[in-house]
Amino acid sequence: MENASKSIVEIRQLTKSYRRGGQVVPVLTNISFDIMPGDFIALMGPSGSGKSTLLNLIAGIDKPDGGSLKVNGIDIAALPEAELADWRAANVGFIFQFYNLMPVLTAFENVELPLLLTTLSRDQRQERVELALSMVGLTDRMTHYPSELSGGQQQRVAIARAFITDPLILVADEPTGDLDRASADDILAMLVRLNSEMGKTIIMVTHDPHAAKSAHSIRHLEKGELDVMPQR
Amino acid sequence: MRYGAIAVQMHFLKLISRNSLRHKLRTGLTVLGLVVAILAFGLLRTVVDAWYAGAENASSTRLVTRSSISLVFPLPINYQERIRKIPGVSAISHANWFGGVYITEKNFFPQFAVDEKTYFDLYPEYLIPPSEMKAFRTDRKGCVIGRKLAETYGFKVGDTIPLRGTIYPGAWAFTVRAIYDGAEAGTDTSQLFFHWSYLNETLRKAVARRSDYVGVYVIQISDADRAAEISTEIDALFGNSLAETLTETEKAFQLGFVAMTEAIVVAIRIVSFVVIFIILAVMANTMAMTARERISEYATLKALGFGPRFLAGLIYGESLSIALAGAVIGILLTFPVAHAFSKQVGTLFPVFGVSLETVFMQVSAAIAVGFIAAVMPALRASQVSIVEGLRHIG
Amino acid sequence: MSVPLSYTWRNLAARKLTTLLTACGMALVVFVFATVLMLEEGLRKTMIETGSHDNVIVTRRSAGTEVQSLVERDQAAIVENQPEVAYGIDGARLASKETIVLISLAKRDSNKASNVLIRGVGQKGIELRPQVEITTGRMLRPGSTEIIAGKNIAERYKGAGVGETLRFAQREWTVVGIMDAGKSGFDSEIWGDVDQLMQAFRRPVYSSVILKLNDAAAFPQLKSRIEDDPRLTLEAKRESVFYAEQSQVLANFIRYLGMMLSIIFSAGAIIGAMITMYASVANRATEIGTLRALGFRRENILSAFLVEALLLGAAGGVIGLTMASFMQFFTISTMNWQSFSELAFSFILNLEIILKSFAFALIMGVVGGFLPAARAARMNIVDSLRAV
Repeated sequence: MENASKSIVEIRQLTKSYRRGGQVVPVLTNISFDIMPGDFIALMGPSGSGKSTLLNLIAGIDKPDGGSLKVNGIDIAALPEAELADWRAANVGFIFQFYNLMPVLTAFENVELPLLLTTLSRDQRQERVELALSMVGLTDRMTHYPSELSGGQQQRVAIARAFITDPLILVADEPTGDLDRASADDILAMLVRLNSEMGKTIIMVTHDPHAAKSAHSIRHLEKGELDVMPQR
Repeated sequence: MRYGAIAVQMHFLKLISRNSLRHKLRTGLTVLGLVVAILAFGLLRTVVDAWYAGAENASSTRLVTRSSISLVFPLPINYQERIRKIPGVSAISHANWFGGVYITEKNFFPQFAVDEKTYFDLYPEYLIPPSEMKAFRTDRKGCVIGRKLAETYGFKVGDTIPLRGTIYPGAWAFTVRAIYDGAEAGTDTSQLFFHWSYLNETLRKAVARRSDYVGVYVIQISDADRAAEISTEIDALFGNSLAETLTETEKAFQLGFVAMTEAIVVAIRIVSFVVIFIILAVMANTMAMTARERISEYATLKALGFGPRFLAGLIYGESLSIALAGAVIGILLTFPVAHAFSKQVGTLFPVFGVSLETVFMQVSAAIAVGFIAAVMPALRASQVSIVEGLRHIG
Repeated sequence: MSVPLSYTWRNLAARKLTTLLTACGMALVVFVFATVLMLEEGLRKTMIETGSHDNVIVTRRSAGTEVQSLVERDQAAIVENQPEVAYGIDGARLASKETIVLISLAKRDSNKASNVLIRGVGQKGIELRPQVEITTGRMLRPGSTEIIAGKNIAERYKGAGVGETLRFAQREWTVVGIMDAGKSGFDSEIWGDVDQLMQAFRRPVYSSVILKLNDAAAFPQLKSRIEDDPRLTLEAKRESVFYAEQSQVLANFIRYLGMMLSIIFSAGAIIGAMITMYASVANRATEIGTLRALGFRRENILSAFLVEALLLGAAGGVIGLTMASFMQFFTISTMNWQSFSELAFSFILNLEIILKSFAFALIMGVVGGFLPAARAARMNIVDSLRAV
C-alpha cells in the first residue's frame, strides 16, 4: 500500500560488500527501509555491523553494490561522481565524531565552506554564517581556530556547518563519541532542536544508548540486517 | 659482551632498516634525490679535473720556451741551435699553434706544426707504430692524429683532413699518415701534428716576412731538479735581443692557461657544492617529517626504558643508511654517465676520467648530508617528554 | 567555486620548517638558473656595448678576432679613404688604424699573470668610441709613450694606475689616464699611440682599421667594395656585430653548462617538493575526505594541492631571486677564449630574467606537486575519512 506522505529516504534490497585482501566481506545484505521527512533515527549495532556503511550510502559518499537507494525521489546511486558531489553540497549535512574541521580555518571560515559551493555573494555568505553561528551560540568565537576551541565548541561549529546550506538530511556519525557528558547533552539538545524546530531529518549512528534516547526511533543493525524497535 | 647488549644492537639494525622501508615512496624519492645530487657532484668535479688535466699530465723534464712579451709573438728558428748547446738540454724541438678550423668553429681540436724529425722523441707518451711514423715523415703534407680525435670524427689512416687557416690563412689539407695512442689514461690524444717545414715553405711563398719563425720551443732536460736553473740560462741567452724569451716547465705553462679561466673553474667548484646543499635541504626535510610523525613511538620507546642515545641512534642510523644507499647508486652511475658525457663533448676535454679523489668526495658528501640532516630531529626525539609524546597524534 | 586560497597557504604556514626547507631547495636551483642568465646578459652587454652600430671594423679575412688579424699599411690606407667614411669637425677622416698586442701582466692581489690586450690607437681612436670617457687623468699625447688604462685593468693589475709605469717591449710606459667604457670590453684594455707601439713591438702591420660611417645605412656598399677588391684580403663588419661574435664560444659554453646544471639540479628540488607534497596529502587525508563529503569535487582538490605546490615554488623563486640579486655586486674576470685576452663582466639582472626565473620556480613546483595532487584527488572518500 502506498504511503500518504512520501518517504525522504527509500531503501530497497540494498547490499554492500568490501574487499579485504582478496576476500569479499559482505557488510549489508538486502536491507530495505524508509525514512520519513522529519524523522530522527538512531542507528545502533556492534562494531562491524555496517551502520556507518549504511550512513555513508545514504549520505552519498559511497555507492551500493546492489539494490536501490532514493533520496527525495532521486536515485543517488545512479548519479555520476561530479553530480553526486553537487547533490551532497545541496542536500546533505555532515557531523563527524572527530568534528573534521579544517585546522587552518577559523570557526567562521569552517562554517562558510559549504557556502563556497553556492552562487551566494560574499556579503550573503557572511550574513548566513553569522546567523548560523549565533544559533549554536558561538558568535564570540567566530575568529577562533579549532585548536582554540573545546571539543563541544568544535562540534557546535560542525553542526553550524552542517545546516548552513539548509540541507534535506543531516547525517551524524557518533557525534558525541569524543565528548564529555555535559557537552554531549548540549550537542544532542541542539540536534533535537534542529529536528523539531527546523524539521530536519536526522540519521544518527551511535553506540551510546543514552545518545540514542534523543532520537524518535532506534534501529539495530546486526551482521548487516535491520531490526526495528520504535522508541515512542 | 652481555647478551642483552647484542640483542639490542641487532634490534637496532632491524629497526633502522624496517623504519627506512616503512615509507617506501618517501624513502625511495629521497634516495633518488641523493642519486641525482651525488651524480651531479661527481660529474662537476670531474669536469674541473679535466680542466687541469693538461697540467696534471705535464712532464717535469720538459720545458717550454716562448716569447716573453706575448704568447702571440713567434720566436726565430735560429734560436734552436743556441738553446741546444746549453748543458743539461738533451733534446729540443719546436711547434707552432696552427689554430685551424675543421668545418665549423665548434669542432675544436689542437693543431700544431712541428719538427717532424725531433718532436715525437720528446713525447714518448705518444705511441706511434714505426711504419706509420715513417709514412708521416716522408709525406710532407702528412699528419699524425690522436686516437680520440680519430674516433670523434671517424678519421682513418689515408683520409684527408681539410682545415681553414685563421692564423695562417688559406685552405689547408693534410693526409692522415699515423694515429697515436696515449701511453697513459691522462695523455691527450685529441691533437693533430703536421710538418713545420710544409708550413714554412708555404709562408715563404705567400708572406715571406712571416717565415722561419716558431711558436714555442720544447726542450728535454736530463735532470728535473735543474729545471729552474736551465730555464733562467735559456732566457739569459736571449735577453735584450729582438725576441726575448720566457722559459718555464711544461706544467707551469699549462697552469698558466688554466689560471686565465680560473673564474669559471671556481664557479663550477662552487656550484658543485650548491647541489649538495640542495639535497641537504631535501634530506633534512625528510628526516624532520619522519621524526615528527613518530614522536609517539619515540615516547613509547622511552617509556619502555630505551635511552635518548638509542633514539638518536635510530634516527642517525636511518638517515645515514638512506644517504649511503643514494651515494652508492650515484657513484656507480657516475662512471657510465661521465663516459657518455666525454663522448658528447668530443675533443673539447681530451681527458675525462672519474678520479679516486672524486669518489672519496662523493662518499664524504653523502655522509655529511646524512649526518647533518639527522641532527635536529635526533635532538628533538631524544628530548621528547614521554607524556607529551604519547599524546601526540603525528 | 574552489577550495579557498587561505586554506592552501595557511597549510604551508602551519608547517614552517618543512615549507622553508622545501622552498630553500628550490631557491638554490633558481639562484643557479638566474645567476647563469645574469652572467650571460652581463657578457652580452659587455660585448655589444663594445661596438657601435655605425662604426665599421675592417680586419683580415676570416680572422675572427683582431689578435689574429694583419692589415698591411697600404691596405689600411685604401680602407681609410673610402667615400663612406665620415669626416670629423677638424676635417680629418674619422678612421683609426690600430694594432693589437697581448702582453702578460701581473695582477695586484695575487701575482698571477694574465693576458691583457694593448691597443695602439690612431688620433681619432677615442673619438670613434663615444662610450669611452676619461674619468681620471687625461688622454695620452700622440707620439709619446703615454698610455691610458681601462677601469678594470687599472684596478686589477700592478702598475696600471694613474701615474704608475708599466714595462713592456723593453720600454717604460706611463699611465696618464683611466678610461671608463661603460662596462664594455674596452674597460679591459690598455690604449697607447699606435705608431709608438708598432715600433716598440717591431710590428710593421696593423691589426684592424676602425671607421665611422657618415650614414649608417651605407654599410652594405662599403662592405662589398672592400671585400670584392682583389688587392685587399679583408673583410668588414659592423663593430657591434664583430664584438658580439667574439664572445660566442664563451657565451654558448656558459649558457649550455648553465642550463644543463639548472635542469639537473631542478630534479633534486622537484623531488624535494614531491616528498613534501606527498606528506602534505597524507597528513590531511581526513580533511580531503571531509571536503569531498561536503561537495567539493576531485578537480577542486587537485587544484588546491597544485596551488599549494605552486606557492612553494613561488616562495623558492622569491628567495632564489633575492639571493641572485646580490650577485650584481660581483665582477667576473676571465679570459675570452677567442681573443685570448682578459674580459671582465658583471651580472646583470633585468625584468626578463626575473620573469624567466620565477616561471622556472613555478614549473618546478607544479611538476613536483602534480603526482601528489593527483593522488589527493583520486582518494576514496570513505577510506580517507577513516584515515588517522
